[in-house]
Amino acid sequence: MKKFRTLLNQVRGLGSAKEGTHHWWLQRLTAVALVPLSLWFAASLISMADADYFSVVEWMRSPMVTVLLLCLIWALFHHTQLGVQVVLEDYVHAEWLKITSIVALNFAVVVLGLACVIAVLKVSLGG
Amino acid sequence: MPASNRPLSPHLQVYKPQLTSVLSITHRATGVALALGLLLLVYWLFALAAGPETFFQARQLLGSWIGKMVLLGFSFALFYHLCNGVRHLFWDAGLGFELKTAYASGWAVVAVSAALTVLAWAIALS
Repeated sequence: MKKFRTLLNQVRGLGSAKEGTHHWWLQRLTAVALVPLSLWFAASLISMADADYFSVVEWMRSPMVTVLLLCLIWALFHHTQLGVQVVLEDYVHAEWLKITSIVALNFAVVVLGLACVIAVLKVSLGG
Repeated sequence: MPASNRPLSPHLQVYKPQLTSVLSITHRATGVALALGLLLLVYWLFALAAGPETFFQARQLLGSWIGKMVLLGFSFALFYHLCNGVRHLFWDAGLGFELKTAYASGWAVVAVSAALTVLAWAIALS
């Protein structure tokens, strides 16, 4: 029988990842974002090593800091999810445990990431 | 050869450790450590959001002897993963694969991440 499907269509989905370069690309995208963001955050923490509660709150209330912190949290938790998932895929061999731990990881990063976002918003927008 | 006896790769235990392989597995180890360290970030932000007293407690805890040791390890893991991550980005762009370059960039990662850790703590403690 003549094949009507294109060559590209025939090979799509055959790779073990099933999703092409999506995971790989997002890992790199978040990595590039984290280079300046994490250096900025580390420098901020170092300069506030002795700072009291009120100066840290004042720092976080600056709109620029709030936005950069939210960007940092997004990139950080996304990058962590992608990275730890690869480690789990490589080292956890029992299929049920692999799937369970990947699901748990995905839930955990969303819960913890949202918790960070809410904490930052509470400080920066709170009365 | 029966299928079950086929040689499997990679069997890391049979290889002599070399700079490139040690740095590679350290990248993973620091990545996992930093993932666990995110709990510290959650704790710090929650303490800040809870108010002055809770934040003061968190500062006391993180400023204690044990807290400082954890933060020291955490900061080195961060700087190492950051530097080696940049090395990976160059590889992704197809650059630096020659053996000599890979070793040079590897030693550079070790030196720069150690230097950044020392610098960060020198400023923080001054």
